[in-house]
Amino acid sequence: MPKPEALTGIHGWGAYVPRARISMVDIARQWGWSDHQWKALGMIEKAVAAYDEDATTMGLEAAQNAVRRAGIKGEEVGAVFFGSESKPYAVKPSATIIAEALGITPVTMASDLEFACRAASEGMRASIGLIASGMLKYTLVVGSDTAQASPGDVLEFTASSGAAAFVLGRAEGAAAVFEGSYTYVTDTPDFWRREGAPYPSHGEGFTGEPAYFKHIMEAVKGLLSELGLRPSDFSHAIFHQPNGKFPVRVGEMLGFRQEQLKVGLVTPQIGNTYNASALIGFARVLDYAKPGERVLLAPFGSGAGSDAYSIVITDAIEGKKGLAPTVDHYIRAKRAISYSQYVKMRRMLVK
Amino acid sequence: MMRVKTPPVVWRSRNHRYKLVGSKCKACGEVRFPPVHFCSCGGEVEEVELPRAGRLVSYSIVYAADEESRERSPVIMGLIDLGVTRVVAEIVDASPEEVHSGMQVEAVFRRIGEDGETGVIAYGIKFRPAVG
Repeated sequence: MPKPEALTGIHGWGAYVPRARISMVDIARQWGWSDHQWKALGMIEKAVAAYDEDATTMGLEAAQNAVRRAGIKGEEVGAVFFGSESKPYAVKPSATIIAEALGITPVTMASDLEFACRAASEGMRASIGLIASGMLKYTLVVGSDTAQASPGDVLEFTASSGAAAFVLGRAEGAAAVFEGSYTYVTDTPDFWRREGAPYPSHGEGFTGEPAYFKHIMEAVKGLLSELGLRPSDFSHAIFHQPNGKFPVRVGEMLGFRQEQLKVGLVTPQIGNTYNASALIGFARVLDYAKPGERVLLAPFGSGAGSDAYSIVITDAIEGKKGLAPTVDHYIRAKRAISYSQYVKMRRMLVK
Repeated sequence: MMRVKTPPVVWRSRNHRYKLVGSKCKACGEVRFPPVHFCSCGGEVEEVELPRAGRLVSYSIVYAADEESRERSPVIMGLIDLGVTRVVAEIVDASPEEVHSGMQVEAVFRRIGEDGETGVIAYGIKFRPAVG
């Protein structure tokens, strides 16, 4: 009997990145940081959502792009999973707004998921089960965040805004087919936001070794062992990207080469988009991938957990690439803003 | 301006605001946005999804915006020609210096109002400069 993953694939993908960019130099100047401090993060600039944007509006644009590439009707989607840690409503789903705007309502599952930066990835794993079992034809998975960062916190250099979305369905006709998936979670208090708190807190250096590195490495090693694969079997590898440095280091620790990480590394240009972080990198890989290539995807969420997926690109990908704007389209369409404009746009002005 | 942020209005208008749906007269063919129940010619109307790309015909820049809009001011209101009809909507992702009549714009889904800090959020269509 084939693994459930092998029955499931990606029919459409899409991304969205807001146009405004603030440079690391401007943030550093605001708080008096010296160059060597922020340069250690491996970042250039980060994307900032406009005053009237939120995780729902950004998620919808990414989802519109994914549905366009999938070439399906809204009513064919049987579940909408929306992963975010910056929900516009604490209570009231964003998934229903996106489902309504895409004509997916009313006969559909729809829910918002929370697991820091890997909630959307949980939706992807759940989708594999729902599709492989024959229960649903297509699902829509959306990862979107207007990442919050307390002004002056080191997080402010990286926390940005963006979204990615994927239409999953049966393997037949898919642009990419899953080969295996593996999840590793523990109770690790590396990063959190308490109920009612406007900004998240984190355990400084504790976010690294016992959280990010431990969980990603265990998930990836578990997947490789289960599938009998080695890092050299993959053309591309995408890891969660809290900054420009961590994904490169975890890749090296696992035995991946720089060339395998290059296409999917987007954080230096746009920042850490939280739930969309690894997924925008994955969307960019799909923009460039060739049939037959194998891709490793490993999102991570604090609290903490990581999923690892092995995905093989099919011939169907070429016909879908041009059906919606690419990740590079959004990376290039940018406007520079100042720190004071950033404060205004992210509603941080105290009145 | 129409009140956009009460639960019944948000709920009742979600179809045309979320999908850019207008009305088209079955008798004279006139297309309107927001949609109307009956055409001015007396004909019956049907719903039609409008094109999402258009041309900015004219615009007005509001520097002294009301309190609710102040944090996103200056607010740029545009008259957009979609070919089948013209719509009035806010122009976003552009500063006053970047806006000019004749520029190509595309529809985007944004917050169009919110009932204070705790009330309902209204979503709808605005337009941004198109990037080729």
